[in-house]
Amino acid sequence: MTSGCAPTAGHSPRPPGGAAGFRLVLGQPEQNRRSADRAMIADEELKNRLADDLDGAFEGLVRAYQDRLYSFALRLTSRPEDAEEAAQDAFVKAYRALCGYPAERIRALALRAWLYQITLNVVRNRFRGKKLRLVSLDHPLSARGETAWEAPDSADGRPDARYERSRQRADMASLVAKLPDRYRAPVLLRYVEGLRLEEVARVLGQPVGTAKSNVHRGVNALREALVASRREGEKKR
Amino acid sequence: MTRVKNAGSIGRALSELVIEKAPATLLPAVLRRVGLADAYWWLESPVGPVFIAHSKAGISMVARAKSSGDFERAFERRFGRSVAEESSVPPARVKALVRNLKGEGRRDLRFDLRGLSEFEQAVLRKALEIPSGEVRPYSWIAREIGHPGAVRAAGSALAKNPVPLLIPCHRVVRSDGHIGRYSLGGARNKRRLLEVEGAQPELLERLATSGVRYLGNAEKKHFCYPTCGGIETLVRTNTVRFRSEHEAVAAGFHPCGDCRPPVAQAV
Repeated sequence: MTSGCAPTAGHSPRPPGGAAGFRLVLGQPEQNRRSADRAMIADEELKNRLADDLDGAFEGLVRAYQDRLYSFALRLTSRPEDAEEAAQDAFVKAYRALCGYPAERIRALALRAWLYQITLNVVRNRFRGKKLRLVSLDHPLSARGETAWEAPDSADGRPDARYERSRQRADMASLVAKLPDRYRAPVLLRYVEGLRLEEVARVLGQPVGTAKSNVHRGVNALREALVASRREGEKKR
Repeated sequence: MTRVKNAGSIGRALSELVIEKAPATLLPAVLRRVGLADAYWWLESPVGPVFIAHSKAGISMVARAKSSGDFERAFERRFGRSVAEESSVPPARVKALVRNLKGEGRRDLRFDLRGLSEFEQAVLRKALEIPSGEVRPYSWIAREIGHPGAVRAAGSALAKNPVPLLIPCHRVVRSDGHIGRYSLGGARNKRRLLEVEGAQPELLERLATSGVRYLGNAEKKHFCYPTCGGIETLVRTNTVRFRSEHEAVAAGFHPCGDCRPPVAQAV
């Protein structure tokens, strides 16, 4: 399978000259792929630095991934304390593993998938047997941070519109938190973290087909839950 | 391959979920747990108490500070990571470091020079070669590392030296022989350090003021920087004074192989 972005031999990917600024505004999936490409390039650099000088580059790895792994752990555990510990453990495990790897192996690592895999394993081992806590709708995860005073920058930022969007996000976050474990990680990895299907499969230790169908089922479960919660909401009104 | 049907809107809603910021405590905790966090302690030096921080990679910062708090803040400002006071320092390490500071020990300390450019690191490594009791000009450093034109840049790199005293930037002086500036508390400290090491800064200043750049050994017919092999050696022996390498070469002298003054271009 070839990616639509990959230039083929002999073809210039972009017309030469001053046309670079002229670009079609593309939809969400394309944008995701672009940022995913950028992330891949950053990962290549990171891996090279880690292979050359692990101790020198490791802080860079933590800085590059701490928000993503913490967020991922938070959506899996729903508790900030647990998420922080899990993310810490994951980085420590990653460091110890990297210490034992020859440079070639570090360079060949599927870094992003590997890190999510470690995080997922840490969370699973920590909470094996324990029921993961569910989040209350009244305290959405994303309401934790503080907002600085600032002027609205567009009509989009109108309080009612913003409220509506943040409410939807909060809804979505809590619906994700309520997904059964076996669907939650696949859905998070694919759509929130933006991993490719092959990466999702690698993280989950499943064949691509299985991972794909888990993502699919997770999305269906979310859709049903969303419809149900809207119906609920209408009843209340 | 078929696409997940209709995942679009749900997928979009999911991708809009906010990436939560990791707590500020996460990074320091990880670095501490894997042994990569910086720790510091302090000791007395000829220029007052100095704080010494090190990471797993090596010594990362040496600085004077009024208090531990001041040092910690200066460290964080400079490197963007935190540093914690070391609970106990092995006496052997203190001894090794003091020996090194006195110019007695072997130069086997490891330094953490992350964040410095290749050029800056080359300048600092070169400064490490100047023996205690001797000095070299900025132009010597620049020439030795293969950038003879980058004298000013070499000066800036030395001014940014994160580990003064241990990488002895105080042994690098102005190209006209004057002592020059010093990042660790100014020229007075620089002079004080050179004095302790026996480089006789007053004599060096006098030579510089009278325009003397090199001293020649009349017997062996070679010329040196004034402190080569210790300043006593040259000043007391059968010495000829030169104002430039051209003058020395014209008088039939050749550059010393130890301190490597510049080779005069044929005029």
